[in-house]
Amino acid sequence: MSRIEEVSIGDAASRSAAADETKPDRMALNVGPSHPTTHGVLRLIMELDGDVITKCDPVIGYLHRGDEKIAENMTYNQFVTFTDRLDYISPLANNVAYALAVESLADIEIPERCQAIRALVCELARLSSHMLGLGVYAMDAGAWTPFFYAFTEREKLYTLFEELTGARFTTSYTRIGGVVRDVPDGWLGRVSKFCDDLPNTLRDFDKLLTRNRIFLERTEGIGVISREDALAYGLTGPNLRASGVDFDLRKDRPYCGYEKYDFEVPIGTTGDCYDRYLVRMEEVRQSVHIVRQIVDSFPDGLWYSEEAKKIFPPPKDKILTSMEELIQNFMIVTEGPQMPEGEVYFEAENPKGALGFFLVSKGGGVPYRLKIRAPSFCNLSILEKMLPGHMLTDVTVILGSLDFVMGECDR
Amino acid sequence: MAKTKVMERKPLSWAERTYLPQIITGLLTTFRNLFRPKVTLQYPDERPRIPNDYRGVPTLVKDPNEREKCVSCQLCEFVCPPKAIRITPGAISTEETDRTHVEKAPKEFEINMLRCIYCGYCEEVCPEEAIFLQDIYSLNGYTREQMQFNKEKLYELGGVLPDQHFKWDKKRAAAEKIGLGSSSDEETEEE
Ligand code: SF4
Ligand code: SF4
Repeated sequence: MSRIEEVSIGDAASRSAAADETKPDRMALNVGPSHPTTHGVLRLIMELDGDVITKCDPVIGYLHRGDEKIAENMTYNQFVTFTDRLDYISPLANNVAYALAVESLADIEIPERCQAIRALVCELARLSSHMLGLGVYAMDAGAWTPFFYAFTEREKLYTLFEELTGARFTTSYTRIGGVVRDVPDGWLGRVSKFCDDLPNTLRDFDKLLTRNRIFLERTEGIGVISREDALAYGLTGPNLRASGVDFDLRKDRPYCGYEKYDFEVPIGTTGDCYDRYLVRMEEVRQSVHIVRQIVDSFPDGLWYSEEAKKIFPPPKDKILTSMEELIQNFMIVTEGPQMPEGEVYFEAENPKGALGFFLVSKGGGVPYRLKIRAPSFCNLSILEKMLPGHMLTDVTVILGSLDFVMGECDR
Repeated sequence: MAKTKVMERKPLSWAERTYLPQIITGLLTTFRNLFRPKVTLQYPDERPRIPNDYRGVPTLVKDPNEREKCVSCQLCEFVCPPKAIRITPGAISTEETDRTHVEKAPKEFEINMLRCIYCGYCEEVCPEEAIFLQDIYSLNGYTREQMQFNKEKLYELGGVLPDQHFKWDKKRAAAEKIGLGSSSDEETEEE
C-alpha cells in the first residue's frame, strides 16, 4: 500500500490500468485468481518492464466467507468446525489454537493428557503443513519428484488423523475444555512408526534439493526479506525466522506444555527463499523430535476437563442414564459453554505463523466478537514490497516459499 | 527448553557445481523408489480401509427390537453447524403400545447431504444415541432432491445398532413399579 488515497479508489485493477496509461512501455499482467502458483485464489496484478516486475498489487478476498461474523451467531463449540477451514492444510492446529483462546478466557485447567494430545496433534499438523509446503514449493521451482514423496507422507498422516478424529481433512477435534475423544488403542505406536519412517523421506528431500545447484540458483538471493522488513510487516512463523528473527511462540510463550519438550528453533541468515526452505526442513526434523518426546512421555488421565461443568458436556453413558447430566447436556448444547465476561487475545504458533484469536465475551455461550489474526494474511502483505525488482519467473518461487493458504488469508 | 539454531549454509563444492552428483543421486533416489511397495490405491477396485469411528454419512438407527430411538428432541437440528437437519416432530402412533410413554417421535426427519459437513456433532449431542455417522464415504445422486435424505432413507442406511441402556423400557418399568402406569410425565427436560 504505497499511498492511502490509492487504496480508497477501489478496485486494484482500475488502479493498475490507470498506471498503464501513464507508462506506455509497461505491461500489466494478471496472475490468478485461479492459477496454479497462487495456491488458491490469490490474484496478483503486476506491472512489468520487460521481464522485471515494477509494481505488484495483491488482490485478496476471493475466498471470503465472513467467518468472524458467523462466529457471533453460533456457540463456541459450533465454531470449531469453522476453524478447520481457516488454514485447511493444518486444521488440527487451528482447532487447538481456538480452543486454547476460549479456554484462556474462562481460565480452565486442562488435564495433562489433554495437553499432550493437543501438542501432539499440533506437531503432526505442522508436519503435514510443512510437507505440503515444501513439496509444492519444490514443484513451483520445477522439481516435481519431491512433491510426490511429500504427498506419500501426508497420506500416512491423514490416515492417522482419520483414526484419531474420524475425518481426514475437516477434523473438528477440539471442544472447549477438552478434545472429542481419547487417542485410539495402538495409535501412539503408529505415530512413532510414522516418525521412524519420515526421516527417510527427508533424506530423499535433502538429496534431491538441499545441495542441488539448479534449486539453489532459483532460490538463493531471491525474495530477500530483511530482518527489519519482516518485523515491520508483521511476518510470523518460518518466514519470520528465515529472516533471522528468533521468535517462536512455542518457546517464547509456551502453551500446551511445550516448555517440557526439548527442541531447537531454526533461524535463517539472509531471509531469502533458500533460507525459508532450510528453516522449514529443520522445523520438520524438530517436530519429529517433539512428537517422539510426547509419545514417550504420554501421560495418563482424562482428555477433557472434569471441573468445567458448564463447559464440557458430560460423558455419554451418564447422559443416557441420569437426568441431571441429560439436562446439563441440553444446556451446554443449546446455550453454549458458559464463559465469563471479558476480552482475551491468544496466539499460537501454527505452521504458517502466529494464529491469533481476539475474543470479546459478554458472558454466555456465544462470542460477542471474534477477530482472527491470520498469519497468511500478514505474510502476504509483504508481496507488494518484495516483488518489485524481481523477474517474473521468480514470482512462483517466492509465492511457494512464503507458503500461504488463502482459506486463512480471506477467512 | 528450546534453543535457537542458526541454519548455516556452505558454498557448493566444485563437484556440486558441475550438477553431476545431484543428477546421479537424484536418479538413484528415483530408481530406488521403483522397487518400493506401491503407495497408490486402485480406487474403486480397491477400497481404503475405514477406521472404526469414521465420520461418514449421518443416519438414524433403530434399537435391537426394531423400534425407533429418536424422540424428536431436536438437539441435533439445533447443534448442526451448517443447519443440514430438518425435523418435524410428531406423536407416536398408538399402535406402538410399548412406546406410547415416549410421547414424541419425528414425523419427518430430513438431512440435506449437500449441506452436511460430516462433523459428527449430531451424534455427539444426541441424548438417545439415535443418530450415527456411518462409514459410507461416497454419496452421489443426479439431482439435489436425491441428496435430501428423508426419514425412510436414513433408517434404511442406518439399520439396527446394539443398545446398552434401553432407557425407555427401564423408565416404564420404574414407573410401573411405583404404580404410575405406562405414561409417565417426568420427561420435561426440554428447555
Ligand atoms: S454430521 Fe454435522 S453437519 Fe452433518 S447432520 Fe450431523 S451435525 Fe449436521
Ligand atoms: S438429537 Fe437424537 S433424539 Fe434428538 S432429534 Fe436428534 S436424533 Fe432425535
